Amino acid sequence: MVDARSLSVGDELPPFQRQTGFAVWNRYAAVNDEYVPIHMDDEAGKAAGLPGAIGMGNLQFSYLHNVVREWMGDSGRFVSMSCQFRAPNLRDQTVAARGRVTALEEKPEGLAVTLEVWTEDDDGNRLAPGTCEVLLDT
Amino acid sequence: MTSQPTQESNQPTAITPEMRKAVGSELSRMVSYPVSESDIRKWAAAVYYPEEPPARFWDKEAASQSRAGGITAPEDFNPFAWMRAEPKGVRRNSAATDADSTERSLGIEGPHLMNQLNGGVSVEYGVPIRPGDVITSVTRLGEYTERVGSLGLMLFTPLETTWTNQGDEVVKQSRLVLIRY
Repeated sequence: MVDARSLSVGDELPPFQRQTGFAVWNRYAAVNDEYVPIHMDDEAGKAAGLPGAIGMGNLQFSYLHNVVREWMGDSGRFVSMSCQFRAPNLRDQTVAARGRVTALEEKPEGLAVTLEVWTEDDDGNRLAPGTCEVLLDT
Repeated sequence: MTSQPTQESNQPTAITPEMRKAVGSELSRMVSYPVSESDIRKWAAAVYYPEEPPARFWDKEAASQSRAGGITAPEDFNPFAWMRAEPKGVRRNSAATDADSTERSLGIEGPHLMNQLNGGVSVEYGVPIRPGDVITSVTRLGEYTERVGSLGLMLFTPLETTWTNQGDEVVKQSRLVLIRY
């Protein structure tokens, strides 16, 4: 769990990594009712102009929450999260969600932390870059 | 696909006058069933798979010691999957496969583009979702934009959504951009 008193701009969060493919996508489809052909079938992905089946953008969004949540622990709360889906998450990629502190601001209710967040593939290509704001207890 | 030049320019467009007039319209209103601890556990297990999710999402004792004082849902949790209390019945997935479903839900013609993708999302969070909560979601159509990209003419459609709980507290406000091409 992060110690708000020792934070600095530029600090990096420990990554949250997952091997992606049908094993994780099917589980996510089950809870989000997201049985969409491009997430279930390589041929449907190709028909949509993609290299094959792709993972859900919403699951990338969950991974961005997970990396921040693992770092923040129970010592703060989410204020906002955003991301763009720039590149598809392909089958058998190892996706890492990462984050870096970009701004700190003392507020009466706690320490406001702005983070650059993103998911990336095995080669470091960013799939879903975004920003996150959290409020940490001080 | 609708790609007639506009009167103002020779750029192809997928946005019809009827679509422009619909901006700001309410696209959907949904009410969830009461959120259960099981819904939250399953969601957390799926998004952390194959590792164990944080105990505060599934262990009452651990959750009681947390800052929330009890089980809460992960911020990314969706209480509307599969079925909703309103509108009743099993949700059909046509919205995910029918690239005209946004306009069709308003009773107007869509752009007749073939494919759609989730381009990105931004969310501002309010109070957390707890077991027993009933969530109401209202989605409105935002302003259309378009440009020619690697996949041809691309239409960007923002869907602006507010979730509130049974006490009218805001759970989240989100903006999702649909990309159709």
